Amino acid sequence: MLNRDEDILQAAETWQKQGHGVALATVVETWGSAPRPAGSSLVINDDGTFLGSVSGGCLEGAVVTEALDVIASGQPKMLEFGVADETAWNVGLSCGGTIRVFVEKVG
Amino acid sequence: MKLEVLKELNAERAARRPVIIVTDTANGEQRLVKANDIAADPLRAELSKQLRMGKSGSVEVSGKKLFLNVYAPTAKLVIIGAVHISQALAPLARSLDYDVTVVDPRTAFASPERFPDVPLVAEWPDVALPPLNVDHYTAFVAVTHDPKIDDPALLHAFDRDCFYIGALGSRKTHAKRAERLRAQGAKDSDIARIHAPIGLDIGAVSPSEIAVAIMAEITAQLRLPPKEKEEAA
Repeated sequence: MLNRDEDILQAAETWQKQGHGVALATVVETWGSAPRPAGSSLVINDDGTFLGSVSGGCLEGAVVTEALDVIASGQPKMLEFGVADETAWNVGLSCGGTIRVFVEKVG
Repeated sequence: MKLEVLKELNAERAARRPVIIVTDTANGEQRLVKANDIAADPLRAELSKQLRMGKSGSVEVSGKKLFLNVYAPTAKLVIIGAVHISQALAPLARSLDYDVTVVDPRTAFASPERFPDVPLVAEWPDVALPPLNVDHYTAFVAVTHDPKIDDPALLHAFDRDCFYIGALGSRKTHAKRAERLRAQGAKDSDIARIHAPIGLDIGAVSPSEIAVAIMAEITAQLRLPPKEKEEAA
């Protein structure tokens, strides 16, 4: 597939200029049938507003919560979601895959 | 991601230049590599492979786990000639995620009825092409069979360094075309870049099969490393 992301990185820059805390979450690894390929990303601001997608809907809530922590602490975080993971019971991927998401603060 | 890196990334993307962000996921350390700087980069083999595939992925280099996030511009396809082949080629290219535009000054050919859902420009190439921002991430196909339309379009494609340039016509037709283009100032190296007869040799007969042959050749040009490309050609 060729890259055809909606312009979420431009939104990240705009939010930053408006004085928001901003985080960027990126799918860095996938195993099994993951809904979004490596490189897919989500930007989140300190209002909890987000754009983009790392999983097509099932994990976004959890990623946004973690991203707010990353905005507050400034420390990047690696998140893993999958069927073998305990969090999977809360937000798991219905398709049975595993994904690793890197969350970092912008700025 | 540092704000300066994000700004540079957005500027490169806006200019339709490919960029790779290299992130050490253990500590968040990050750098931006522009396409022109890949050749001199210590990770050049990994970077050029990922860029060619247009795919992001992780690599392990001397014990470090690095994520290579590839931002490649969306490839465009410009088709000169709203002909029968183009009617099959345009939807095929769209299904492969190309931004497709069809150019033909002949309004009877370039009609919305014949090309539903495809941007059509019913103008001569000198008017139609400059606003399309034809660039290196553009595949360029001339299929009108009419030198008045194809020739100026091909000269434009040479100028803009399209990654693929193809033109319809037999070897004999192409030899005449080469002569005409040379007379208009085209270099031999430009003419050598034209794929003619157009498309991979798969024995295509119908317009749809010719469209498949053309898209296969474009895909090879986009994805294969230079050496294998030579062997395929």
